[in-house]
Amino acid sequence: MSLTLVHARYQLLETLRIPIAVIGTTFFPAVSMLFFVVPFAGDDPVSATYATASMVTFAVMISNLFQYGVGVSEDRARPWDPYMRTLPVGPGPRLAGRTIAGLAMMVLSLLPVLLIAALFTTATVSPAGLVAALGALLVVAVPFTLMGMTIGYALPSKAALAVTQIIFLPLAFGGGLLSAPGDAPRFVEIVAPFLPTRGAVELMWTAVGDFRPDPTALVSLGVWTVTLGALAAWTYRRDEGRRFS
Amino acid sequence: MTIAEAIDVSRSYGAVRAVDRVSMRVEAGDTVALLGPNGAGKTTLINLLTGIRRPGSGRVTMCGGDPRDPRSRRWLGVTPQETGLPETLRVREVVAFVAAHFPDPVPTGELLDRFGLGDVAGRQAGGLSGGQKRRLAVALAFVGRPRIVVLDEPTTGLDVQARRSLWDGIRAFHDEGGTVLLSSHNLEEAEALARRVVVLGGGRVLTDDVVGTVRDMIGTRRVSLTVADLPGDLPTVVSRERVDGRTHLLTTDADALVRVLVQRRVGFTDLEVRPASLEEAFLALTNAPAG
Repeated sequence: MSLTLVHARYQLLETLRIPIAVIGTTFFPAVSMLFFVVPFAGDDPVSATYATASMVTFAVMISNLFQYGVGVSEDRARPWDPYMRTLPVGPGPRLAGRTIAGLAMMVLSLLPVLLIAALFTTATVSPAGLVAALGALLVVAVPFTLMGMTIGYALPSKAALAVTQIIFLPLAFGGGLLSAPGDAPRFVEIVAPFLPTRGAVELMWTAVGDFRPDPTALVSLGVWTVTLGALAAWTYRRDEGRRFS
Repeated sequence: MTIAEAIDVSRSYGAVRAVDRVSMRVEAGDTVALLGPNGAGKTTLINLLTGIRRPGSGRVTMCGGDPRDPRSRRWLGVTPQETGLPETLRVREVVAFVAAHFPDPVPTGELLDRFGLGDVAGRQAGGLSGGQKRRLAVALAFVGRPRIVVLDEPTTGLDVQARRSLWDGIRAFHDEGGTVLLSSHNLEEAEALARRVVVLGGGRVLTDDVVGTVRDMIGTRRVSLTVADLPGDLPTVVSRERVDGRTHLLTTDADALVRVLVQRRVGFTDLEVRPASLEEAFLALTNAPAG
């Protein structure tokens, strides 16, 4: 456990010493909030709350995909990473430490979203809803963390950046994060239940409002999580740092 | 007692066989240098022995176990070849981070002083000079009070003085009973630090012997001269080539060769004798007939 905290601490320290990286993670969700939610749903409490929950899910996805997809793959390219593999520590504490640091950065990226929701919209949430939302947040973070790790361990950093940039918008749009519940374009309603983003955002909506989630979306979120977990473990084990041929 | 061993180990990257059926053993308390030109397979062999990479075939052991098992690395200290420290961390943070992995680490201040880094403990690693980074990388190998250190080209890029002081540190570790396995492409470094030398070339072990024997074998000279007609049966010559009218001979004994040339009244001009580079010596060694 103590080694996990050591790895988490130094991971965070490294990230926080480059302030622009911190601003980078918080920027996208905050701007999306300002552009997509405040002007359209600001006055209606119900839709503002759902939209805020959607943006929180969006932030969770972006933060984890980029942190792990791009971060892990950049780390693998540095000689420091193979060096760490010679220390008497297994993958457990390293991965757990990275995950704790990732969660901390994710929370940081959520703060502007929540601040904007509180100041500029009529979104509301009961104390019980807030607790439920925090629980949903942790569940929702898992598949995107694993997806990021899979990308990060499987690809070199430039490819990882490109793949992350290519998939995050379709995932968000296709999962219905950018539209209100039941209000998405027809083809989105058809594909959404099979994307991890849909199950994720439905969990968030259920937590903060009077929403009945679609069982298909929840089951598919579970399937995604298990599959991505297996993929992340597999790519981690076959990884030996950056490859040249 | 064997502390690290490679048994018939091979490892390929794509079509390239970086390490080709290598067997070698490091006894506890010994100092062994892996010597070879770039691309000989030194770093790959070290990566296999330290658990960074997995052998394609064959077996490696470190401190009695599989180096990919963290418990086998408890008594191992490693210096990476490339200097790739986390740039934003301060020097003392880098050391403390590594120290956190060991039960009884050398106190950070003491270690930094020993490697002459006490003054820069508060600097970010990215702001160190090349030599300071290299010294910090070497220092990291010693944080956990290891029984064996594996140093991949420890003094590459250091000036003479810094190199000597690092050598002193490595010798002191050996004098206290520590085992040293280092790689180098510098014969002088192997002579200064190692009792035994394993010469690698093209992924294979070419020679494995005490340092004196290996030095005689690869401590070759290059004798260059302009000559019209050179006898074919010159002694001590391991290779010859003719470039732009100059003849270059690699020899294990330049004095004897020149004496023979004079005795036989070979009409040469512009005689030039210089130490052969390790690359040239290896070429001669690999091209020499087996036996």
